[in-house]
Formats: sequence, C-alpha cells, structure tokens
Amino acid sequence: MAKSWEEINARIASGEAVVFTAEEFASLAADEGVSAAAKRVDVVTTGTFGPMCSSGVILNFGHSDPPIRMAEVWLNDVAAYGGLAAVDTYLGVTQPSTTRGLEYGGAHVIEDLLRGRAVRLRATSPGTDCYPRTEIDTWITLDDLNQAYFFNPRNAYQNYAVAVNTTDRALHTYLGTLLPRLGNATYCSAGALSPLLNDPTYRTIGVGSRIFVAGAPGYVAWEGTQHNPHADRDEHGVPVRPAGTLAVIADLKAASPEFFSAASFTGYGVSSFVGIGVPIPVLDEEIAATLALTDADITATIYDYGVAGRSRPSFGTVSYAQLRTGSITVEGKKVPTGPISSLPKARKIAAELKRWIAEERFAIAEPLQLLPQVGSQAQKPLDIRTGEAI
Amino acid sequence: MARKRLDLTFPPRQSLKPVIYHLVKDYDLVPNILRAQIHPAQEGRMVLEVTGTKEDFAAGVAFLEGQGLIVNEAASDIVLDEERCVNCGLCTAVCKPDALTLDPEAQTLCFDKDKCVYCEACVIACPRRAITLTF
Ligand code: SF4
Ligand code: SF4
Repeated sequence: MAKSWEEINARIASGEAVVFTAEEFASLAADEGVSAAAKRVDVVTTGTFGPMCSSGVILNFGHSDPPIRMAEVWLNDVAAYGGLAAVDTYLGVTQPSTTRGLEYGGAHVIEDLLRGRAVRLRATSPGTDCYPRTEIDTWITLDDLNQAYFFNPRNAYQNYAVAVNTTDRALHTYLGTLLPRLGNATYCSAGALSPLLNDPTYRTIGVGSRIFVAGAPGYVAWEGTQHNPHADRDEHGVPVRPAGTLAVIADLKAASPEFFSAASFTGYGVSSFVGIGVPIPVLDEEIAATLALTDADITATIYDYGVAGRSRPSFGTVSYAQLRTGSITVEGKKVPTGPISSLPKARKIAAELKRWIAEERFAIAEPLQLLPQVGSQAQKPLDIRTGEAI
Repeated sequence: MARKRLDLTFPPRQSLKPVIYHLVKDYDLVPNILRAQIHPAQEGRMVLEVTGTKEDFAAGVAFLEGQGLIVNEAASDIVLDEERCVNCGLCTAVCKPDALTLDPEAQTLCFDKDKCVYCEACVIACPRRAITLTF
C-alpha cells in the first residue's frame, strides 16, 4: 500500500487528502488496525509546545541617516548580538535584561514584537568613515523591520528527561521547581503528539521539511544542536531519553503570540515556549506503526537532578500515560508529577496544521537531506584541557 | 455564620498562641490557619480563615487590633490570569494541597480555590507569571 510523497501532495493539492492528528490516528489504528488506518490516512500532524531555550530571531533594522555600524545593541535593555553586519542582529531568547534581570529577556522582547508593541532600540558604535554615527536611541515595531525571522538552533527535542530531586533542598531548574526528597517530578514532552517521537528514525523529517513554527509556515533548516540519534531506544525504536533535535527557520512576521510565549523560570532564567508542528506522510505500514503509538507505549527516563554532573543517576523509565495521571512511583514513593510542555497547546498546533493541509492545501516536502542517523558522529562532551595538551 | 479570610501582621516579639486561643475561647470563632510565618525577633504574618457569627467576628477583629496586630480583612488572594496561562502544568507540581490540578482528559489547568493555603509556591513556579498574590 506504499504511497509516494508526490501522490500525497497531489491529494493535498486537490483537497482530497485525509489528514489526522497523531492522537486521532492512534485511536483509528486502535479501532481498525494499523494497516486499515495506513490505507485511509495520508498525513498525520504532530505538535509540541515546550520551553525551548535555543531559540531566537535574526533582525534587520534598516539604515539610519547618518548610518551606524551597530557594535553593541539592546532591545528593551536586552543585549542582542553586535557581531554581524551594520544593522543585522541576532536576539537569543535566554538573554536577560540589564534592568529587569531574569523577569524580562530576549523571549519577552520577541513576544512584545509579536503582540505589535513598540520596542526601544539602542545601539552604540565607535564610528567609522562609512558609518559615522556613534549612538542611536529609537523605537521599532515588527512592521518596521525589513527582515525578522526565527532561527532556532535546537527545538522539538525527541523525548526528554523526567526530573526528580533527592537532595534536602528545593532546586530551581529549567525543568521547574524540584521539591526536596522526591517531593515532585517534572517532565517535558508532548509524548504521542511530539514530532520526532512519531518519526523516531527521521525517515520523513529532515532538512527542508515544511513545518509549523510558532504559528508561521517554516522549515527544518538543519539538524538541531545536540542532535543525538544514538540514545537508548525501546522495542519500537523510540528513544527513551533526549535524542534527536531540529534547527528551524520561519518568518517572525507570520508568527503568532498564541504559539510563542516568553517564560521566566525562577532561579534559572529566561526561556520561551515555542510551538512546533510537523506533518508526517503515511508512506507505509512501518511509519504507520510508530504513528499509532500512544502515551502508554512511549517512555521517558527518570533522572536525579540533585546531582549536577554530566551523568545523573537514573531511576528507570516511566510511560507518558503514567506521568499524565498526576503521580508516579519512584523508589517505592508516590511522587506527584507536573508537565512543562503544554498538551492543550500541542493539540491546538496539531489541529491547526491539519487545517493548513486539509483546507489551505499546505504541501509537504520530502527532505532534501536526511538528519544524521544512527552511526553518524557521536555527541562529544567538552573536556577541560590546556593548550599544551592538544 | 460566615467564613472570612484574615491577613494578620504581628509586630516583633508578639507571641501568636494566646491570640488564637482567645479567638476560640472568648469570641467563639473557629480559626483555620492557612499560612504562618512567625519569627520571634521579626515581624510575623499569618493568613487564617475564621468561621463565626458577624458579631463575634467584629469583636474578634477588635480584640486582635487591641493586641497591636495589623488586621487586613481584604486578605490577600491568589489570582490566575487565564490569558497569560499556557497550561504548562508546572504549578501543579508544586501545589501540595492539590488546589491546582490538570483536568485528566483536557490537561488544562483547574484551580480549586477552597483548597488553596496561600503558600505562594505556584507564584514562584509559574514561568508565565500568570499567578499573582494580590493584597
Ligand atoms: S498558593 Fe498556589 S501552590 Fe500554594 S496552595 Fe495556593 S494554589 Fe497551591
Ligand atoms: S505554571 Fe503558569 S502557565 Fe503553567 S499552567 Fe500554571 S498558571 Fe498556567
């Protein structure tokens, strides 16, 4: 019953494509079997909405008169990168404000821009013959910018850790507040709706895939940083710990604050929730089998964040279905759980992407290049050494 | 009978036990302490819910004020801004009395204010700053 990318795109173009979200597809497969579901459905949509620190925007401000080569740049007192051309910058979501600290950062500037709010731009420069201006202090809005696009080096982590804390004090982490003595557990994945968990071996998601980024049509630009296909996998071939990642690109001007939300984690810092959705073509029964997996089939590994080292001790794995009940058992103790990745938003994203494909005839794209597969370069740690030792 | 929330500020060195004892014994009020931060050498704070008749309540408040306590009847409140909330559920992981939970099916945030003890753990935990303690 194999279907080709071309066949599926032709059905999308003619408005005949059958599009299901990953949750809908799993329940169809449970009722009618994987092979019937694979026959009937052309595209399955996925979604995720979790904090993704490795995100940011490339902005071009246009030239002032006289012009300036911006060497130091601040947007609402949040420093942006000054090491690009005169009026280009990169603003990362985690950069904290020089005046409001961790309560306001790069992510908040981006959210303010998306909400149509004016943002104060300040820049300084040593001044040169072709760029004589040494200072600028003005206000900009998203509409004023020439180019404004997301370039997020690492989004859509394929699975994540479940965090617990065995120490005697509360820890403030990027996975939230972890209460002492196994007081709670937090986890961060859309589970059965998560893009890369639905295509665990990166058959259909690769460089050039057309995707949903914060409400805008975008692309997978490259493998994400720390992309690691070698993580342990279960019997379905699905990783049981953090594994693959995506670098994504999309127009900020087409994005929506409904699918991009700034976040401040007390004691940790600034980050942003980014909505990512990826369509997966039901090419054959093999891919249909992973698309049919539910939260009961997908597991994550529990780690002790009380140990701040590279290799944290693990307490085994637990299914997302169990995590979503509100408590798990660790070391014989009942531990309340809290997610960080918003499932209601992930569902909205998968539904919105389904609408794009079914109604707006959003075409899907075969990868121009596959993401690194098992057997590619392993993730390397950073060793601390001297120049002489190299 | 009415149930009201009181926010008490104790001056330094004011011991709290006799005050609560007198509320019960002399004014027939049933206090339920939601939150207390008392340190002998510093200013203390206590949030409690008090059940009793209107008259007893007024007399009890007058007694507390007579003891040098600052009594705030428009007690602090935990407010959830649903516009800011993204239903990430992080607050549910720190809410010990289960005032904040996720709907099992929809996985959206549910706030049962009756269970809240005003510990403010969620205020600190929410990355969207969607929960605030108002006075
Ligand atoms: S203040 Fe917040 S965390 Fe504390 S009990 Fe109330 S809702 Fe729960
Ligand atoms: S932590 Fe904040 S954003 Fe997340 S569910 Fe709770 S109130 Fe909503």
